[in-house]
Amino acid sequence: MSVHIEFNNVTVRYGQDIALDDIDLEIKEKEVFSIVGPANSGKTTFLKCINRTIDLITGTKVDGKILVSGEDVNEMNNVYALRRRIGMVFPLPVGLPMSIYDNVAYGPRRQGISGKAELDEIVERCLKQSVLWDEVKDRLQMLGTKLSGGQQQRLTLARALSLDPEILCLDEFSIAIDPVTTMKIEEVLSGLKDEMTIILVTNLTQQARRMADHIAFFNASELVEWGETEKLFENPDKEITGRYLNGEFG
Amino acid sequence: MIRKSQAKLGAFLDKAEKPIQWLITLCGWSSIIFVAAIFIFILKESWPAPLTLNWGEFFFSHRWIPVPAEGNEPTYGAMGIMYGTLAITVVSMFIAVPLGLGSAVYISEFATPKLKETLKVLIEFLAAIPSIIWGFIGLVIMGPIIQKVFGVAVGVNLLNASIVVGLMAVPLIVSISEDALRAVPDSYREASLALGASKWEMIYRVLFPAAKNGLLAACMLGVGRAVGETMAVWMASGGTDNIPENFFDPMLLLERVKALTATIAGEMPEAVNGGEHYQVLFIVGIVLLTISVVINVVSDLIIKGFKADKA
Amino acid sequence: MEAASNPFKPSAVEKRKTRVESIVKWLMFGMAILLIIPVFGILFHLFHKAAPVLSWDYIWESPTNRGKEGGIWLPLIGTFYLVLVSLVIVAPVGILAGIYINEYAPNNWFTRVINMAVTSLAGVPSIVHALFGVGAFVLTLNMGACLLSAACTIAVMTIPVIVTATREALAAVPMAFREACWNMGASKWQTIRTIVLPNSISGILTGVILEISRAAGETAPILFTGAAASVAVRMNSLGDKLMPYELDDRFMALSYHLHVVAEKIHGMPEEMKYGTAAVLIALILLINSFSITLRIFLRSRKKW
Repeated sequence: MSVHIEFNNVTVRYGQDIALDDIDLEIKEKEVFSIVGPANSGKTTFLKCINRTIDLITGTKVDGKILVSGEDVNEMNNVYALRRRIGMVFPLPVGLPMSIYDNVAYGPRRQGISGKAELDEIVERCLKQSVLWDEVKDRLQMLGTKLSGGQQQRLTLARALSLDPEILCLDEFSIAIDPVTTMKIEEVLSGLKDEMTIILVTNLTQQARRMADHIAFFNASELVEWGETEKLFENPDKEITGRYLNGEFG
Repeated sequence: MIRKSQAKLGAFLDKAEKPIQWLITLCGWSSIIFVAAIFIFILKESWPAPLTLNWGEFFFSHRWIPVPAEGNEPTYGAMGIMYGTLAITVVSMFIAVPLGLGSAVYISEFATPKLKETLKVLIEFLAAIPSIIWGFIGLVIMGPIIQKVFGVAVGVNLLNASIVVGLMAVPLIVSISEDALRAVPDSYREASLALGASKWEMIYRVLFPAAKNGLLAACMLGVGRAVGETMAVWMASGGTDNIPENFFDPMLLLERVKALTATIAGEMPEAVNGGEHYQVLFIVGIVLLTISVVINVVSDLIIKGFKADKA
Repeated sequence: MEAASNPFKPSAVEKRKTRVESIVKWLMFGMAILLIIPVFGILFHLFHKAAPVLSWDYIWESPTNRGKEGGIWLPLIGTFYLVLVSLVIVAPVGILAGIYINEYAPNNWFTRVINMAVTSLAGVPSIVHALFGVGAFVLTLNMGACLLSAACTIAVMTIPVIVTATREALAAVPMAFREACWNMGASKWQTIRTIVLPNSISGILTGVILEISRAAGETAPILFTGAAASVAVRMNSLGDKLMPYELDDRFMALSYHLHVVAEKIHGMPEEMKYGTAAVLIALILLINSFSITLRIFLRSRKKW
């Protein structure tokens, strides 16, 4: 399998503070890559670097190279096209204040797709993929913000899938939802891993163990260690990694 | 049909992103452009009077005689009208500051939520009353009352103008003070009350010190409002430019005064376009503009702190 | 030993504290009331005195004999056009400026200067705006004293009203909505157009209504820029009556008309003064009530 995403000596600063310190790693195509670590260890910043939404936060500075499919993201002219290739799901579910249908159709519409049949098909496919379809198929015109938290999180997932991304990033998606929904989404992800690269940021080490092929452990803005899941759990190079993954420090 | 044209409009607006961003940026800068333009155009109209004007006379004489009797030179001593503006400002603040701060504290700390909403709406209405209406109230309603109560010949005077201007400045003081009080975290209040302080002790020991910058700024903006008020002052103050000999004589309240703003409003129509009188009135405008900009910038700094990164 | 039998019995100090607190509370309530009651008493008095002349004819007829007889149609329609023209000028500029400050402006000293300029502009005395109007529009741009000059002057003066309202309305839209859109490849402007503006329109509208209320009541800025004590216009047809002014005509406005009838003309019947004041204040209160009702209505159907 070829390398999909590559970080070469990436350092990110928010003003004076260092958010990511000299990160170096590779993510392969169509694998599940998990990032674990305590709060404020730079995990979310890592994701924002990949789709360059970090540019939209004033006062940040990114050094080093980030390659997606061999292309340097900071040299891409069309950053919007890059973002469309990367689906993002953030910790707190965000239903946009528009109908469920419009929520999912939002991305495709910005891309210029306006045919009703085509949009209908995308909406149905994505809602099915995110196991929300059965619950909402009769009320697609309802406000997305009126759904429950777990439903909104699956709506967010559907939105992320609506652009047919080649990379799907999930940032602690299970923080605000119940265990049953979490399991449902995990099943969805297992089904999706044949079609796209999945980056799973999580603070549940057992979730990472269940899902991931590779794991990277971040602590205090630094990449402590990364490698195959079982190796990191059973035989890590650094002592701190083992302690964190086995729940002895948090 | 509507859907299609909507989509078309959307596509058009998306394509026009660059020019739209330029337009937005230009409009964003417009306030700076206008403030600069106000300075420039007023200075332009006053030219060349700032070079030729006897500034010593302007600031230290109260002989404002723009249209003198035959054979005399006009004199432009603005001390009298500056005194008028100052007197109205000071007296009106004696009314507005206690009323404004008191109401703000009541609304923010004592009133029940429903009463709070009602009072805020009423004060919003108060703020909406145009200055010409206040001038009308001063001239037609309060004037005769003051005449009767104090037994004076003319009811439009310093007292009248100050009451009117004070009432006009109150809503501004209330709303900004209330913002300042609301910005104090509830934890301060709870901590103080938990230590056994009464609500009043909590207010003046904890709340006032914590919100003092905002409250100060509120009073300053009230002053700015009083200095700049035109129609109400013009109609309710009478209009004479004497400076009293004893500033602490309470009878001064019943004397007529003339303010900077009212001088411009009253004399512009008679001043010959481009003549010296006309230019000096624009200089008075510059004085007012400078005062108001200084007050606003300083109160902005007081509210937001002096550090740039807090913006 | 009484204190031991009831540990919650207030001590002398505590009793005094409670007393002071209730005195303060009532004192401050008194201040709030002192502020409101007399003003509303005066307004009541005003409407009471105006009652004899208030009728549809009073609104529909034009003033004759220098305002001593007739109604207030010409000033009223003048105020309407003044507000309309100033709104057409100021609304786009003000809204776009609000968008710039909240969405685009970098967090630096220049943005801080912009914000200071907005507050300063709001604090510039209205008579100074009038002088600016004379210098800039009437003389330099050679527009003369007319409806358009006056409307431009009012527009410059009321920009901060719309900018501030827009800025606050936009800031109330959660950041998460913007991030969600950016992550789907929407550009900054697309995000503003499709998410931010539709969800802040009510706040912006409130600002626009406030501008209308300010524009309708202002007197000083139009004193030398176009308002007239009386105008000679043809009143032959309904069309003339509804559109008596061209953009380059001098015009009558309700606020200036009130100034004229209240102070400038001897022998003015009392009720004509009160009538004009009553119509103006009713107009302003109506506009503001509308804005408050709109705010409450829109708050009740918030989408998130």
